[in-house]
Amino acid sequence: MDAVLEIAGLQKTYRSRKGVRRALDGFDMVVEAGQVHGFLGPNGSGKTTTLRTLLGLIRANGGRMSILGQEVPRHLPAVAGQVGAIVESPQFFGNFTAWDTLSLLADAGGVRRVRVEEVLELVGLRDRAKDRVRTYSLGMKQRLAVASALLKEPRLLILDEPANGLDPGGIREMRTLMRTLSESGMTVVLSSHILGEIQLICDSVTIISAGRRVAAGSVAEVLATHTSSSVKVRLEPGIDLLGAAEILRTAGAQVELGTDFFTVGNAGNPAQITRILAERQIYVSELTPVAADLESVFLELTGTAPVDGQNRQVDQVSAGWGQ
Amino acid sequence: MSLYRAETRRLVKRRFTKLFAIGALLILAAVVVGVFLTNQKVGPDQIAVATAKAQADYRQSVASTEQMKTDCQAAQGTAKASQFPPNCEIIAPSESDFQAEWYMPATFGLKDNLPDMITTFAAVLALAAFVIGASFVGAEWSSGGMMNLLLWRPRRLQVLSTKLAALLVGVTGLTVVTAALWTAAFWGVAKTRGNTIGMTSGVWQSFGLMELRALVLVLVAGALGFGLASLGRHTAMALGVAIGVIVVFQFGVAAVLAVAQVKFPELYLAPFWVIAWMSKEYTAQDYNACNLDGTGTCQPDTLTITWQMAGSALAIILVLVVGAAMWTMRKRDIT
Repeated sequence: MDAVLEIAGLQKTYRSRKGVRRALDGFDMVVEAGQVHGFLGPNGSGKTTTLRTLLGLIRANGGRMSILGQEVPRHLPAVAGQVGAIVESPQFFGNFTAWDTLSLLADAGGVRRVRVEEVLELVGLRDRAKDRVRTYSLGMKQRLAVASALLKEPRLLILDEPANGLDPGGIREMRTLMRTLSESGMTVVLSSHILGEIQLICDSVTIISAGRRVAAGSVAEVLATHTSSSVKVRLEPGIDLLGAAEILRTAGAQVELGTDFFTVGNAGNPAQITRILAERQIYVSELTPVAADLESVFLELTGTAPVDGQNRQVDQVSAGWGQ
Repeated sequence: MSLYRAETRRLVKRRFTKLFAIGALLILAAVVVGVFLTNQKVGPDQIAVATAKAQADYRQSVASTEQMKTDCQAAQGTAKASQFPPNCEIIAPSESDFQAEWYMPATFGLKDNLPDMITTFAAVLALAAFVIGASFVGAEWSSGGMMNLLLWRPRRLQVLSTKLAALLVGVTGLTVVTAALWTAAFWGVAKTRGNTIGMTSGVWQSFGLMELRALVLVLVAGALGFGLASLGRHTAMALGVAIGVIVVFQFGVAAVLAVAQVKFPELYLAPFWVIAWMSKEYTAQDYNACNLDGTGTCQPDTLTITWQMAGSALAIILVLVVGAAMWTMRKRDIT
């Protein structure tokens, strides 16, 4: 499969009176054609800086980038017509209507006017197209932003938090839209914090933390490499859960108690759990492997899992990543 | 070309543009109406009334002088004598002190009055162009529209230059049409409430050139507003600088120069440079200096600001501001 987007060793440094901050520290990313690619990272990790740099809004201090096989920012004008993008929150001139906004962009980009009607229909703004943008809710502005990105029928669509401000119905519509666009051959790069959504609609992901890539690959691969050997154990009703947990702990298991179950963390061989308990006349009613989800992988990789009694600060990640 | 068309559409569609353009036109219309109402045509009737008034005032003045002389002579030898000049030497009024033309109603002479009207026109439209130019690009920056546009057209200088070109062409159109209406309106005022005496082709040519200089002034003001707002990435930046220049460099500097008794304070004040540009020259005078002429009269030192000097100053400011805006557009990150 061809790479539609390639980033290698991207660096961006901000200098201020407070000192030097490395927003991107040798970041790498590859997006294959036709995929829906999730781009994940905690606040301040460098997601938006990456997208802005890719789209020529910010000048990189080092590294290489290419879109559709063309090196950018050098050849950005040549490929810009094939890249639709929204970066960060949607921003439009409030006194113009959605139709004005899109038709002006269409004029500036040499896109035929009929396309304006098409994208307004596509994002569900047809009936509000003649209203001023300042009367729109955040979700409606978000839809307008997606419409502006789709206007030029791009081959690569880059969306920064497209579900931000959308209601549950809107999120589902957005998910369906992403899928439809992907099936039509469009490559979609999706930055989002709604990890459940990413897991549902993305073929592959890149996770960034402190300006560096910490994981990349298909969703299944990323989850597989971080699947733990934990199993969830439920016993027959009336059995002493605490006593059973103690028996396993004595045998060296890492046990965490739940309400009516417990989790064994280092269960490389789950049969051992049933054998040890059965020897004490305790019988297991449920033994389920604990599958990792994207959220837990994300929190683990980025070191941003909440810790009791601590208030994590923006830019603060656990030691080991990006420090 | 499509970008230029889009930017022209954007400029015309903006409410702020319409508001300030209409506001400027209303102000200009109010000036025309004001001049029309405060002037009237002078004919034999008005001359006769003015002559009669002048003569009546002269006669009244002669009578009161005579009365004063009589009172003075009666008061001689009494305490009241001190209230009058010694020896009752009261100068009698002359008939030339009461000229009929001073009693004429205000009349609009096109040749004499149109230059001031063109300067007024230039000032009003320059102010409007400055604000419209600042808002046109400032609102784009602050609303995120500029970033959206650059995602479509990732050629920064081309985008900013095209926006500026759309603004300047739009302002030129507005100024040329308004100037034609302005001249026609005052031609009408002169015909109905004044005169068009002395309007030779040379005078018309001179007015044409003055209106051309007005157009240049309006364009420079628009480009400066645009450049300053682009530098600060906000409309308020341009307006702030404008207010700052007025407060600090005009009122503040004027006060300091007065205290320091600088020889030609006008040299440091923008309005006089604008007047020099519009009227072809402005001569500043220093009345503290005394240069005796052939008749033994004291003449002040003078310094003339020519339209070439004023034009050069405008060009330098324009290049600095617009150049800096282009340079920062090219170099600065867009966040």
